Amino acid sequence: SPLFHKFLKEALNKVPKDKCVTVRDALNQAMDEELERDERVFLLGEEVAQYDGAYKVSRGLWKKYGDKRIIDTPISEMGFAGIAVGAAMAGLRPICEFMTFNFSMQAIDQVINSAAKTCYMSAGLQAVPIVFRGPNGASAGVAAQHSQCFAAWYAHCPGLKVVSPWNSEDAKGLLKSSIRDDNPVVFLENELLYGVPFEMSEEAQSKDFTIPIGKAKVERAGSHITLVSHSRYVGHCLDAAAVLAKEGIECEVINLRTIRPMDVESIEASVMKTNHLVTVEGGWPQFGVGAEICARIMEGSAFNYLDSPVTRVTGVDIPMPYAKILEDHSLPQIKDIIFSVKKTLNV
Amino acid sequence: MRNAITVCFRLKIDTLPKKNQTLSLKVVVSRSFADFTPQATFDIKKCDLHRLEEGPPLKAELTRDQGLQYYRTMQTVRRMELKADQLYKQKIIRGFCHLYDGQEACAAGIEASINPTDHLITAYRAHGYTYTRGVSIKEILAELTGRKGGVAKGKGGSMHMYAPHFYGGNGIVGAQVPLGAGIALACQYQGNNQLCVTLYGDGAANQGQLFESFNMAALWKLPCIFICENNKYGMGTSVERASASIDYYKRGDFIPGIRVDGMDVLCVREATKFAADHCRSGKGPIVMELQTYRYHGHSMSDPGVSYRTREEIQEVRTKSDPISMLKERMLSNNMASVEEFKEIDVDIRKQVEEAAQFATSDPEPPLEDLCNHIFYNNPPLEVRGTNPWSKLKSVS
Repeated sequence: SPLFHKFLKEALNKVPKDKCVTVRDALNQAMDEELERDERVFLLGEEVAQYDGAYKVSRGLWKKYGDKRIIDTPISEMGFAGIAVGAAMAGLRPICEFMTFNFSMQAIDQVINSAAKTCYMSAGLQAVPIVFRGPNGASAGVAAQHSQCFAAWYAHCPGLKVVSPWNSEDAKGLLKSSIRDDNPVVFLENELLYGVPFEMSEEAQSKDFTIPIGKAKVERAGSHITLVSHSRYVGHCLDAAAVLAKEGIECEVINLRTIRPMDVESIEASVMKTNHLVTVEGGWPQFGVGAEICARIMEGSAFNYLDSPVTRVTGVDIPMPYAKILEDHSLPQIKDIIFSVKKTLNV
Repeated sequence: MRNAITVCFRLKIDTLPKKNQTLSLKVVVSRSFADFTPQATFDIKKCDLHRLEEGPPLKAELTRDQGLQYYRTMQTVRRMELKADQLYKQKIIRGFCHLYDGQEACAAGIEASINPTDHLITAYRAHGYTYTRGVSIKEILAELTGRKGGVAKGKGGSMHMYAPHFYGGNGIVGAQVPLGAGIALACQYQGNNQLCVTLYGDGAANQGQLFESFNMAALWKLPCIFICENNKYGMGTSVERASASIDYYKRGDFIPGIRVDGMDVLCVREATKFAADHCRSGKGPIVMELQTYRYHGHSMSDPGVSYRTREEIQEVRTKSDPISMLKERMLSNNMASVEEFKEIDVDIRKQVEEAAQFATSDPEPPLEDLCNHIFYNNPPLEVRGTNPWSKLKSVS
């Protein structure tokens, strides 16, 4: 009856609606909201203002906030990163964008020696509330000099927080937390994820939605094996888990969200349940994120619960090649994760 | 009357109470302050100019009070640095120690021309500026000796001392220059009419990041005074061997520059005032080159005589010492007496001695402090020690 339909429609309207938002838009929202909330926040980097961002992440911000708060810089990474750190020391809250983290190597001294170490060296007298953000890791066809993952390099250093979001909720909630944090945060985005839409809960769409730095999230519960990953490869793990589920293997997938400080407790709790662990990352194997997880598991309480050694799935230990077939085989594919899971489980 | 009238009198013993019955000879300087010249005008060296029609004035006014204050500041820095030299040779100070003696007029002159609310950042030869920016001798020496009473609680050492509106103390050559431009950006952003004095040496003048900073500072008209303290040697390398152009005041290219006699505190003061006016009027950055000299080697591990002659050092000491020059100016203009300067010297010596006492007796920081201050305003966290069973605590 029409009355019943009207009643149903009203009832459905009251149910919270999840919206699909791309990672790019989620990052844009985060910056927009934080720029509005705190006038000390500003963004600087190459092409962030009038070009709307090299990858359009800062689209519309210059139009809304103007030259004072959205600043186009010359191609001077060391200079503008240092300027951003100085501004942070003097009371502002800069977001310093590196067009990709590959270019951050030009400025890495400012990130480590001027930003990360200063609070400690000054015994707490001098804070550096700054966010360094930009795309990290492999893209598509950009070859060796533009494809390096810097998670391990930055996460090595005390004084930095290193964040690596996967989906839109991660991106928005973690970027907001990073901007509000009074310490230097390296915020590693992924260019291939920018255009990917993810469902964002109504809660996540609010202006006060933040995700705490340093806490991992269990994206999928499972009982046979734990998969730990960050950024783009969380999606690969979930895809692998879906395939494996059909064969009766239930994977627990953990999204690290933060590389430093790493939420080892969440990994340990999971391993104590599943007894098997596979780490998945895009970066190179040596001295990487997976290597650190292995060491921490060995040193902690979960070691005794392992039924087999931890397996690392990583990028191939080579500079990134250009040809598509070679590039595809330089990074973990879903079949590599599936293969590694089965080897670890000895099935 | 030009000559001092001194009145000596021997206190009569029998007129004194029993407890005071010691012979004492009292010398009283009976000159009153009204006998001194309260203010004088001095000729100062003309500054070489780059892209400027006019420069700082050729005359500087000095009041008696100012003169005594500048003297006191420079002499304090001098004695503090010499004390640090002593403590280093006794192995009570370790690691790097880059001393500032000889360059005192730069720090004193700059501080005399800016406001306490302005900002300043320098490199590793920083003890003088740490003092002029308001940190006590006690806290500086105790930081050098690595004690908990040091300005950075012993965590920073010689090159990492901080104070409000003073950003160190930076160990990486040249890295402080973009930082200084960033501080100036913050001043401009906040619209507070403050500026940032950003110092670097003749060695750092060849760092690429300086030119990146010059470009952005000029582009955005940042209120930044870039100051090159040219003491003629970058460690063991003379300026002629390091730079294709040793006209450091011109190296800002499109940024106006002034070359200043860095041994004359009045010259430094007038030039910095000029530069500050330039910045505050919205004209953008300016470069200053202070020609100065360090008596010590690059650091305490450098005797400083393998790349320059003892004669050269001695010549600067006798002909251009900043403290002597100021003193002689004031004496020859009857602005103060020899005894007054002596009194100041004695007082400073006492203060430095007390500070050194503190710096050698204060305890080292407690081990509990090892992991603290990694982060600011952060909940406590656990830090891994040298082995997996060593779980240390870090608070903000």
